[in-house]
Amino acid sequence: MTQPLSKPPRKNPVARTRQPTLPPASRSRRTLGLTASAAAGRFDLQVCQECRAVQYPPREVCHRCLSDQLLWQPVAPRGTLLASTTLHHSNDLFFRERLPWRIGTVQLESGPRAIAHVHGDCEDGKPVKLALKLDRSGQAVMIALPEKATPNMEDDKVLRETSCDPKFRRALVTDGKSAVGLAVIKALLDAGATTVFAGDPHTWKKNRAFDALCEDPRVLPQALDITDTDSVERLSRSIGGKVEILVNTADYAREGGILHNRDLLKAQDAFNVNCLGLMRLAQHFGPAMAGRGADGTANAVAWVNTLSIYAHLNLPSRGMWSASQAAALSASQCLRNELRPAGIRVVNVFSGPIDYEWEQLTPPPRVSPSAIASAIVRALRDGVEEAYVGDVAQEFLARMHDNPKGLERELGTQS
Amino acid sequence: MTRRRASYEGVVATVPVTVPYVRYSIHSAHWWLGKALRALIDGSGLRKHDIDGMCVSSFTLVPDTAVGLTQHLDMAPRWLDHIPMGGASGVVALRRATRAVQAGDADVVACLSGDTNHVDSFRQTISQFSRFAQDAVYPYGAGGPNASFALLTHNYMRMTGATREDFGKLCVAQRDNALRHPNALMKKPLTLQQYMDAKLITDPIHLFDCVMPCAGADAFLVMREEKAVALGLPFVRILSTIERHNAWADDPIQYRGGWSMDKDDLYEQAQIGPGDIDFMQAYDDYPVINFLQMEDLGLCEKGGAPQFVRDNTFTVDGTMPFNTNGGQLSGGQAGAAGGYLGMVEALRQLTGTAGGTQVKDAAIGLVSGFGLINYDRGICTAAALLARGAA
Repeated sequence: MTQPLSKPPRKNPVARTRQPTLPPASRSRRTLGLTASAAAGRFDLQVCQECRAVQYPPREVCHRCLSDQLLWQPVAPRGTLLASTTLHHSNDLFFRERLPWRIGTVQLESGPRAIAHVHGDCEDGKPVKLALKLDRSGQAVMIALPEKATPNMEDDKVLRETSCDPKFRRALVTDGKSAVGLAVIKALLDAGATTVFAGDPHTWKKNRAFDALCEDPRVLPQALDITDTDSVERLSRSIGGKVEILVNTADYAREGGILHNRDLLKAQDAFNVNCLGLMRLAQHFGPAMAGRGADGTANAVAWVNTLSIYAHLNLPSRGMWSASQAAALSASQCLRNELRPAGIRVVNVFSGPIDYEWEQLTPPPRVSPSAIASAIVRALRDGVEEAYVGDVAQEFLARMHDNPKGLERELGTQS
Repeated sequence: MTRRRASYEGVVATVPVTVPYVRYSIHSAHWWLGKALRALIDGSGLRKHDIDGMCVSSFTLVPDTAVGLTQHLDMAPRWLDHIPMGGASGVVALRRATRAVQAGDADVVACLSGDTNHVDSFRQTISQFSRFAQDAVYPYGAGGPNASFALLTHNYMRMTGATREDFGKLCVAQRDNALRHPNALMKKPLTLQQYMDAKLITDPIHLFDCVMPCAGADAFLVMREEKAVALGLPFVRILSTIERHNAWADDPIQYRGGWSMDKDDLYEQAQIGPGDIDFMQAYDDYPVINFLQMEDLGLCEKGGAPQFVRDNTFTVDGTMPFNTNGGQLSGGQAGAAGGYLGMVEALRQLTGTAGGTQVKDAAIGLVSGFGLINYDRGICTAAALLARGAA
C-alpha cells in the first residue's frame, strides 16, 4: 500500500532550498532509443528483424544471431520481479538524498532481464508491469509497477520522481481566457493542483467562463500579456517562485499564407505571441523554476507548450502562423536542454485544428479544448515529453514518419 | 570432449610479491606497478632486462595500458599482455604466461597487477565501468556493485536457505586469518555479533559483506623450472587451470559461475580430486561469491555451501583453510590486484613463505578468480590447481 502524499507544508523561507541534482545521465548513443520511447510514453525495445530476439540492454548487433537489423518496436511491458533490494547507501548524490530506494531484477516476458526501479507495491516473485520513464536527468529508466493499479500508487516516490503530477502542485496557465486555457485550468484543478494562477491577457475583455472559474479560491487571476516584457517580468517577480508547472496556452492563430499577405502585421503578431512570448516567459519564469527543481515533493517539474502539429510541417493555408509555431517548437527544444540540469521537463503537446472560433472554416474532425487539457494532465502524470492529441494529430504523426515529403505536398492541396 | 590439453609441465610460478596495501594513495597506478616490478627483481636476483615478458592488470592505469607501461618502466618485452579481467586476472595471467614460457615466446614473464585509490577514484572507476553498467545499471542508483550483489545474494539465500549467519561465519574466519597477516588492512577482530549488527547497506548486504577499496599491487614471475632452480628460487607447479566467460547466460539471476562448466576438466587434468586440496583462495568481493565457488569447484554439491560452511572452520589452523591472508574482505580490494591476492597467497603457501598464515604441510592449493560485473552478473571465472614444487 502506498502511503498517500499529504499536502506539503508552506515553504520555510529561512531554510536552504535543496538544489537540483540529477541521476546518472550518461548513455551510449544506441541506448538513446530508450529515451525516445520513454519521451513518447511507449515501451519499445530493439527487436531483431532476422531472429525476433528482443535485446536489453541495447545492442549494436543481435545477441543471438549477430544481425544488425535491430528495430525499436513495441514489446509486451510485462515481466516477473525476480528479486528486489532496498538501497540504504549510495555513492550517487541524487540517490543519497532519496534513500531508501528500491530496485530489482525483472525477467521480461519477451526474454531479456532488466534492472529496474521498483514501485513499493510490487512483490518479489510476482508479475509486474513495466514502463520506460524519463528520470530527472531526462534519460529513460525501467520502472516495475504493480500489475494492477493500487490505491495512491502515483504517490510512490519512485513514480513521483519520474512524473510531473499536478497533485499538490501550483500551476500557471499563461492565457486562462482562451478556449484551451479555460479547459486546462479546470483539468489541473481536477487533477489536484493546489493553486492555478490564471493568466489574463485582456483584463478589459469580459469572459463569463473565466469569471466563473475564478470564483474557485484555488484559481488566482493574474494580469499577463506575454507580448509585453514588463508584464511578464512583473508577474514573475510576484509569483515566479511559486510556479511548479507552467502551461503556455497563449496562441495567436490567423489564416493566410505568405505570398499574398505583404502586410506582415499578422506574421509579426503571430511570432510575437507564439515564439517571442515563449522566450519572454522562459527568461522570466525559467530561472525561478530551475532553482526549485528539487524543492521537496512539490518541486518545480514541468513546462508545457501547447503547439500545433503544423509546427512540424507548414500548412500553407495558415502559412505565417505555421512558421511561428515552427519557431516556437525550435525554441522549446532549446528550453528543454536549458532546463534539463534542473530536472524540469519541457512537454510539448501537439494538436490538430482546435474546435474554437479561429478554426471556424476548418472541416471536422477538430479537437476539443477539453481533450487537449486532459492530454496535458495525462502527459504530466505519465511524465512524457511529447503528446499528440486527437485523430488528426495522430494521423499526421504517422504520415510524417511514413513520408514527410509526401505529407508536405499533400498539405499544399488542403484548404 | 575436446582434445586433451597439454600439461604445464616444466613451467613454474615463483617470487610472489605484494606492495603493502594502503587505504588511499596519492601515487598513480604506474607507481604501484613499478614498485611491484622492482620487488620482483629484488626477490629473484634477475636484472630488469632479463624479464622479457610482461602481463599487466590495472583499472586506474588509464589512459595507459600495458603498452604505455613498457615505456614508463623502460622495458623491452618480447611478449606483452594486458588482462582486463578484474578478479579473474591472477589465474588468467598465470595461464597465459605459462603457455608463453612453455612455447618459448618468453623466458621470464612478470605478471603484474596494481591499482591506486584516490579519495574519489572509486566513484569514477564505477561510473565508467562498462557500457551495460552505464546504460542499464548505474542509472538505478547504487553507484557501485552493492545492489547487483544484493539481488544475487537475495536469490541465493532463497534458493539454498543460506542465512546471514552462514555468510558471517566465513567473514569472521577470514578476519581471524587476517589478524595473522601483517599486510591486511583490517587489524581489529570481528565477532559474529558485530557482523550481524553492522550497518545495512543494501538489503541483505551489510557493512562487513563489502570490501574496502584501497591501493596496492601484487605480482609474481613465471619461468622454466630449471631457471628457478638455477636462481635458487622456491617455486610452484601448475597442475591445471580453467577459464570461462559469460557462462550460463540464460540463468535469470546468477546462481552458478563458469567454474561449474569446467570443473571436471580442472580436476581431470590435475589427476586429483577436491578432497586432495589443502587450502582454497577464492575471490571474495562478497561472501555469496565464496559460496558459489565452493559449490561450482566441487568442494560441496550445488546449494550445499551453507552446510559446508557450518561444517568447517576455514581458519589457517582449522579445516579447509580458506583465504588464509584474510582475502579482500579483510585485506582490502586494491582494484585489479584483488584478482592476484589469492594467487600470491597461494604461491606463498606452496613455497613455505606464508609466515604467520602458513598452513601446515600445504602441498596442493586451489585458486579461484571471478571478475567484472558487467551488467547483472560477474562475467569472468577462472581457477588453477597448484602444487608445491619438489625441492
